[in-house]
Amino acid sequence: MARKINLRIWRGDSTNGGLQDVQVEANEGEVVLDVIHRVQATQMGDLAVRWNCKAGKCGSCSMEINGKPRLACMTQVASYGEDETITVTPLRAFPVIKDLVTDVSFNYQKAMEIPAYAPPADLKPGEARMEQVDVERSQEFRKCIECFLCQDTCHVIRDHEENKKSFAGPRFFIRIAELDMHPLDILKNRKRTAQEEHGLGMCNITKCCTEVCPEHIKITDNAIIPMKERVVDIKYDPARMFAGLLKREKRN
Amino acid sequence: MTNALERHKYDVLVIGAGGAGLRAAVEARESGLRVAIICKSLFGKAHTVMAEGGAAASMGNANSNDNWKVHFRDTMRGGKFLNHFRMAELHAKESPDRIWELEMWGALFDRTKEGKISQRNFGGHEYPRLAHVGDRTGLELIRTMQQKIVALQQADKREHGDYESHIKVFAELTITEILKESGKIAGAYGYWRESGSEVLFEAPTVIIATGGVGKTFKITSNSWEGTGDGHALALKAGANLVDMEFLQFHPTGMVWPPSVRGILVTESVRGEGGILTNNLGERFMFKYIPDVFKDKYADNEAEADRWYEDQDNNRRPPELLPRDEVARAINSEVKAGRGTEHGGVFLDVSKRLSAEVIKKRLPSMWHQFYELAGVDITKEPMEVGPTCHYVMGGVEVEPDTAAAVGVPGLYAAGEVAGGMHGSNRLGGNSLSDLLVFGRRAGMGAAAYVKQTTAAPVSDATIAAAAARIEAPFARSGGENSYSLHAELQEVTHNLVGIIRTGAELKDAIEKIAEIRKRSANVAVTGGRKFNPGFHLAFDLDNMLLVAESTAKSAIGREESRGGHTRDDFPGMDSGWRQYNHISSFDGTQVTVRKQELPFMPKELFDLFEVDELKKYMTPEEIAKGGSN
Repeated sequence: MARKINLRIWRGDSTNGGLQDVQVEANEGEVVLDVIHRVQATQMGDLAVRWNCKAGKCGSCSMEINGKPRLACMTQVASYGEDETITVTPLRAFPVIKDLVTDVSFNYQKAMEIPAYAPPADLKPGEARMEQVDVERSQEFRKCIECFLCQDTCHVIRDHEENKKSFAGPRFFIRIAELDMHPLDILKNRKRTAQEEHGLGMCNITKCCTEVCPEHIKITDNAIIPMKERVVDIKYDPARMFAGLLKREKRN
Repeated sequence: MTNALERHKYDVLVIGAGGAGLRAAVEARESGLRVAIICKSLFGKAHTVMAEGGAAASMGNANSNDNWKVHFRDTMRGGKFLNHFRMAELHAKESPDRIWELEMWGALFDRTKEGKISQRNFGGHEYPRLAHVGDRTGLELIRTMQQKIVALQQADKREHGDYESHIKVFAELTITEILKESGKIAGAYGYWRESGSEVLFEAPTVIIATGGVGKTFKITSNSWEGTGDGHALALKAGANLVDMEFLQFHPTGMVWPPSVRGILVTESVRGEGGILTNNLGERFMFKYIPDVFKDKYADNEAEADRWYEDQDNNRRPPELLPRDEVARAINSEVKAGRGTEHGGVFLDVSKRLSAEVIKKRLPSMWHQFYELAGVDITKEPMEVGPTCHYVMGGVEVEPDTAAAVGVPGLYAAGEVAGGMHGSNRLGGNSLSDLLVFGRRAGMGAAAYVKQTTAAPVSDATIAAAAARIEAPFARSGGENSYSLHAELQEVTHNLVGIIRTGAELKDAIEKIAEIRKRSANVAVTGGRKFNPGFHLAFDLDNMLLVAESTAKSAIGREESRGGHTRDDFPGMDSGWRQYNHISSFDGTQVTVRKQELPFMPKELFDLFEVDELKKYMTPEEIAKGGSN
């Protein structure tokens, strides 16, 4: 059942590196992470790769396979042609640490900058009542496994390091949308800060993020577009503008 | 190396960033302390994300008859009465508050029609009890607590100008040693996985929350992190492990294709109505209802099917027996030649539920089978078989404070702690366990910090810890850690697995000792920078200690109970129920001794029917009727 496949692996670190060709056995049903592990155990003991659950649930083994951002544990070897070389490279949007491992600390920094869930002050534990249909909108975004493939593919930051400072990326737009749509969250200005502080306006809805999401979250349609529409409503609503003239809108 | 050594000082050092570790960190921080959280992977990737079914808590949202007493009884029954009664009691009493608290932190559980938290059925639980989010409850727990940590950091930023002034996550860092001075905890030593450079933490308290040991076995649902680090660190620091013979083989892991063998298939599939059949199409679980459970489980299909609609007037389907029973039954069917082509049995939910409902209630299962096995579970059955899933054994702790017995300043919570689940854990009890005892460990550590002074770590202690990390690089041409790991997994799988015998365990103990001897000569190729071969060398050392403890505990226990089945001693023995096995480490090897299990007080004893207790206890114990 086993056959030899050609694997091309990017090896190196922040100073230099390049692609290395290896031949490795692949068995029926194996995923790309399996063959990387086999290379590690038999040919390159120090080959660096992140992984945890190997079941598509933790989002650790993100890399680019033949140029596409993917989870290595959910990519079947058999999905490539028998003679096709499979090329694995680190995520391009983040600095390389070593081999297939990149420095994704950008994402953890952005996570810290998004204001936390804010329940009503008088809500007591156990007393929350929410309809299933209302929680489902936010639940879709809470499926996110933080693989950061959407961040990697997003062209606003993929080749534009300079944009990272002012752009949180799709993963954090769904985080903001999740809180904004949370039935009990009381923080009022989430859409506006998405626009003004986290770079929502820089997204031009090419849907690349949605395409690579392994959880099939409709990032663009269900999070980004509704927020963009509401931001427009808030900013250019004539009635609000008039009211704003009368009384400066409270910015909390 | 020591002159350039990176040093940090904290009040509390939490090793492990899964559910228990994060819950402990929140509690310690909220007590006003400075906390470091060490994670072996990236923040938010811990094995808790793999928990699927839910968190057990007797909130009574789905059935108002539920309360802590029923949950306590179910937990003790599931553990075959080897549980530490006080842990089971605290767990049953406090779980609902811990779930509601998560909701206050932003968790979004599925809802009932009244808008409360929905609760689902699970094996061994008398009522629908598991708070859940589809089949990704663990992810919801870890993300909620991750975001709670961030919320605390944001509060610190507002107050102290720095997100990390009081709580800092050290991601991708491995601890190799817990340090003591004058018999008390003084800190821990480790290395950054990224750079390989070494780090010293000085702290008067260490909370171990490192999870399980699954990677000791060949077929497991555990991720690479489950290498028993905390079990081994605790042993080496002078703590005890309790009942390491008890391992839970989850009855339903994937069996095909080989690369996914062992990956978990949630018990919710059975909770939602999935049935188990063999290659004859026979619904075989009816044959495997043990005497102790005869009055609670249906012995015919008609009644089992009616139970889904009317739980008050029918007994439960036997697919929902505790995990140890179901795993053994599947094992027997396969051994008798009634298994599937790939050595499993069939699990089918497609006949009872519509495709739409399956995709809604079991979305990640549908996805997992479709993507990895090419099986559409809305149309066809899954092939499943037992997989090493959870270790009931763990660090011996004081139930109320989670303090490790014998080591001042050391605490343990979650899977790494022992006692709570007895000989077998019920599904859903681990997520609630880590919340209840994670919090208690944080409280215990906070109380200890306030009445102790930290001892500085001596240069000699640091030098010894550093030398250990350097050693594998200094060798050349030594053993390969990947090969030794594979050999160990082969030994545990074949000789310390789901069914055991004295002769095989003896063989296993010798083989593990042999591998351990060779592991002292592991050499590492490449440099220190993100080098998995180097990382595995340390993980391997931990797994070897755990395997030794498990094999030695298993050979001593001459009975079958829960997650320990002896072919040569097939019966449950009420004499053995009175004892725990305590593992300790003398620096060269693990020794195991018997220790009397604390007996429950009258008020807990009286929660059970005497006729039920007679199945587990000796006449003398029954006559005593409680410890007070």
